[in-house]
Amino acid sequence: MSASNSDRKRELLGLYNEPDDAADAVSRLRGAGFGGNDIEIISATPYPEGAFGEQHAKHRLFAFPFAGAACGLAVAIAWHIGAQIALPIVTGGKPVVAVPAIIQVLYEGTMLGAVLFTVLGVLFESRLPDGVGVYDDRIADGLIGVSVIARERRIPDAQIALEEANAVDVLSKDGSLMRPAAASP
Amino acid sequence: MQEPVTVDRETANRELLDFVFSWPKWFFATTGLLGAVITLGLIIFLLLMIFGLQLFGYAHPVYWGFPVVNFVFWIGVSHAGIMVSAILRLAQAEWRRPVTRAAEVLTIFSLMTAMTFPIIHSGRPWRTLYWEFPYDWMRGIWPNPRSPLVWDPAAIFTYLTSTVMFVYIALLPDLALARDRVKNPIGKAVYGVLSLGFRGTTRQWRIQAIAGILLSALILPIFVSVHSIVSWDFAVTIIPGWHNTVFAPYFVIGAVHSGVSAVVTVMIVMRYAFGLKNFITKDHIDSLARLLIIVATVWLFFFMLDFMFGLYGTEPAEVDTWQRRLMEPPWTAIAIIFIITGYIIPVGAWLFRSVRRNFFLMFVTTVLVNIGMWLERYMIVIPGLERKSNLTFQYGDYLPSAAEFGIIAAQLALVIAGFLVFSKLLPIMPAADIKEGQILRDEIKVGRARVPATMREA
Repeated sequence: MSASNSDRKRELLGLYNEPDDAADAVSRLRGAGFGGNDIEIISATPYPEGAFGEQHAKHRLFAFPFAGAACGLAVAIAWHIGAQIALPIVTGGKPVVAVPAIIQVLYEGTMLGAVLFTVLGVLFESRLPDGVGVYDDRIADGLIGVSVIARERRIPDAQIALEEANAVDVLSKDGSLMRPAAASP
Repeated sequence: MQEPVTVDRETANRELLDFVFSWPKWFFATTGLLGAVITLGLIIFLLLMIFGLQLFGYAHPVYWGFPVVNFVFWIGVSHAGIMVSAILRLAQAEWRRPVTRAAEVLTIFSLMTAMTFPIIHSGRPWRTLYWEFPYDWMRGIWPNPRSPLVWDPAAIFTYLTSTVMFVYIALLPDLALARDRVKNPIGKAVYGVLSLGFRGTTRQWRIQAIAGILLSALILPIFVSVHSIVSWDFAVTIIPGWHNTVFAPYFVIGAVHSGVSAVVTVMIVMRYAFGLKNFITKDHIDSLARLLIIVATVWLFFFMLDFMFGLYGTEPAEVDTWQRRLMEPPWTAIAIIFIITGYIIPVGAWLFRSVRRNFFLMFVTTVLVNIGMWLERYMIVIPGLERKSNLTFQYGDYLPSAAEFGIIAAQLALVIAGFLVFSKLLPIMPAADIKEGQILRDEIKVGRARVPATMREA
């Protein structure tokens, strides 16, 4: 195997029936020297945070609505300033755009900006859209996946750690890595 | 909750996606019927564009009729989604899980339907464009930013966009589930694209939970603003019976009353039509009925305030309007029916546990509420306009025409068809949310009793 091939990263996915087995796999992977950022738990149902001993997911989602609200307010104000400048209505020196009458639209603009940025934030922080990596439809039926991204030379270590935690199956992009006798139905 | 959802995950997946992947015969019959009614509505709309508003029963001085009444009504129904979904999500009420998606979807389609009524009301739909967009600068035609005609679309557009985004973000895990379960390669590709590659990593689930709470908190103020602004369509005028400071909270609570009732109606229909008996239980409608008792009573309080403020100032035009509403035919009969169906029968019945836990009686009472609430909007809109001002020389009564009834039927069909098609294409119950509830649920022993103990998510 060339040096460049051994440096290439690959994803393995272990499938487990029980949350305890998945947590055990995470511990074994950590023990084998894999970092927290390389390990992901995949499930069809949300589990309480820390159920698998995984790291606390840091995020900045709360910043997005504030940024969006500021942008939305700015756009709404600009729209009204534009209307004030552009409308050739004779109003005897009174403003075309009176403050009490525009508060509603400023408010809606602010809230719309906040919501849209929050949605962008959700997608960004969830790392979506994403080409699905190694995945198995059995996860939808309740199996729990433990995914690990490892350099090619460390793949055997990762596979051993995943299998020893009572894996139902271990998959790579090319298919199952477990021998047919070892893989549970 | 005494009746937890206890089906295993495989059964939950199968039952929740069953309607998406199957084609029952009644689906074709129902969509065909709804399609025929919608087509009738489109024909009436076409005739309206050719012949104008003479097709409606307007008579001077009444130029606001069924379209405006229905606009307010459907905006009100649209408040169901956010009331049920966002408030219960923020309150972390466990029983919300099977209810939220249907409520949000009802919001989307009733809001989209409501948006069509101002366009129909104008009689010349293309003219509504320059109320909103300054496209005709050369002729000096401008939108008036001080007008409710600008506030309303701004609020409704914000609410609709936010609700669609809210539903879509919450749908991602279920779209991924549909992607994994569907056999058809085209379906797999479509669900795959829509799910954006959602896999269900711990990070994605955590962001989902936070997003649910964050978006709920953001949409709630929008929900309040939308119906407040709808009420200001009336309250910022000087029409007797409309010019009232209590209108905003009165409209909002009325919207919640009719909206949550509509959610109960829809849930009961879903339970039988989509085979969701394992997921929509007596506890759900019991909980919603208790909520409705409070909501209905607060709404009655605001109705009484509106009445009292109308009389307290002894303004002759205002007193005349109330006299017309309550003491003159046909308004007396309408007022009696609306109070009986909107409050007395349903709330009186919901005080009994046996009614709250009976699907048929809950269906009937919640339908009655919406009949009452529709009549309430009719009573708000029309009598205020039916008055002789100083310079009113021509005076007639408003009598809704067959065309208006046809449009109402078509719009109702549109909401039902929208809901049905959504349910056919996408899971109408949040499968991941329901299964999460099962994971987090456990029982603890207190003395000799075993009671449900639930860990909160997020």
